[in-house]
Amino acid sequence: MYSFDYIKPTSVADAAAKRAGNDDASYLAGGMTLIPTLKQRLAQPSALVDLGAIPDLKGISVANGVVTIGAMTCHADVAASADVRKHIPALADLAASIGDPQVRNRGTLGGSIANNDPSADYPAAIVGFNATVHTNTRTITADDFFKGLFETALEPGELVVKVSFPVPKRAAYAKFRNEASRYAVVGVMVAETAHGIRVAVTGAGACVFRMPDMEAALSKTFAPDAIKAIAVSADNLNTDLHATAEYRANLVNVMARRAVAAIA
Amino acid sequence: MTTISVTVNGTVHKATVEARTLLVEFLRQQLNLTGTHVGCDTSQCGACTIHLNGRPVKSCTMLAVQADGQAVTTIEGVAKDDGMHPMQAAFKECHGLQCGFCTPGMVMTALGIAERHKTDQLDETTVRHELEGNLCRCTGYQGIVNAVLLGAKNMGVKVA
Ligand SMILES: Cc1cc2nc3c(=O)[nH]c(=O)nc-3n(C[C@H](O)[C@H](O)[C@H](O)COP(=O)(O)OP(=O)(O)OC[C@H]3O[C@@H](n4cnc5c(N)ncnc54)[C@H](O)[C@@H]3O)c2cc1C
Ligand code: FES
Ligand code: FES
Repeated sequence: MYSFDYIKPTSVADAAAKRAGNDDASYLAGGMTLIPTLKQRLAQPSALVDLGAIPDLKGISVANGVVTIGAMTCHADVAASADVRKHIPALADLAASIGDPQVRNRGTLGGSIANNDPSADYPAAIVGFNATVHTNTRTITADDFFKGLFETALEPGELVVKVSFPVPKRAAYAKFRNEASRYAVVGVMVAETAHGIRVAVTGAGACVFRMPDMEAALSKTFAPDAIKAIAVSADNLNTDLHATAEYRANLVNVMARRAVAAIA
Repeated sequence: MTTISVTVNGTVHKATVEARTLLVEFLRQQLNLTGTHVGCDTSQCGACTIHLNGRPVKSCTMLAVQADGQAVTTIEGVAKDDGMHPMQAAFKECHGLQCGFCTPGMVMTALGIAERHKTDQLDETTVRHELEGNLCRCTGYQGIVNAVLLGAKNMGVKVA
């Protein structure tokens, strides 16, 4: 690891101010991605602004049909939350499927979506539930947040504060896990929201995307067979040592049907 | 350099560390607590698992400065008095180890499993699922799974 300065602010405003004056600085959440990156010397930040001591970034609340989760809330706390389990069980299941217990005790919602790994689970929930990302300067809708491979709508220094998830009528997440890392080879969130059916796919492409054909078909008939014939193109899907693009294309359909079956 | 104060196994340690010092380096090299092992250094194997405020985490993927003001328990702090903790005794009883390199991390993870399930029931499937963050190159895991179940039972957890 290269050396860096370390700053531990106690408020969102202070964190943003420390980061604003310092283009080469980086926020530190649970460090589950950032610390391995630093160890490999793939990044050389001048300073880390640790978000671990900011009370406003933590916690889960429910009001008016919306579950709001602070950016620094760890996956284990989302998985174990009675409120999340009661209102959006599919979100609790998703959080419980991330990594392993030690990773879930450190990895955070904010870090996961800011990083936008193509195989990360949370993006499927953000887009599937049509959630809203609240930053220190604005709100960003789900469909506008994820831009591409490890790329989001966040400006340099913009801080994810919390995410609000409108409670869906029903939802399920089906994930084909990489057995070694537990990341999604393909994960599909199917949700019936107040504004219709949404199908969000992670793991398959450069970043999360929706399947409009499946959404339309499921709006007419909500059953696995309604989407069975919808072919998924392998163009632009990921090929790596875990799976080819063709295999992932097939998995998208299989996982979508499994999610529908879990709900229907 | 940053000055930190970390409670390790019940004792407050004040120390000066570089910001880039990993928690596991601080524990092993500055406090000489070498029970916590480094197997992979890439967040995969769990040999470095310690408890941070009672919850298992990988100390190779945490900075020592992040532990400032927090409570850390390592394998050295698990047993009371001179004897073994029931979870350690169960690993011995069930042949939950061969070379022993993974064992400190396994025990710390196992204690987390017992803690999380102290009010419900623990079964083999759950134990296997929750051991996913710990790798063992020797045992084939069966003895470890048996040890976690026995250790949890001897700690008062209901075991299916
Ligand atoms: C062994 C292992 C297995 C894993 N398995 C899975 C899996 O199955 N599924 C899955 O989805 N993920 C998985 N992960 C990823 C993990 O769950 C974390 O979500 C992810 O690594 C982000 O970590 P973090 O929250 O600690 O953020 P950090 O690593 O601290 O930060 C990540 C990036 O986000 C930025 N950042 C952090 N917080 C904010 C914020 N609030 N605002 C703006 N920017 C911010 C940081 O500057 C940094 O660039 C795994 C990780 C490991 C190590
Ligand atoms: S040494 Fe920390 S996970 Fe392997
Ligand atoms: S006993 Fe040798 S690695 Fe587990």
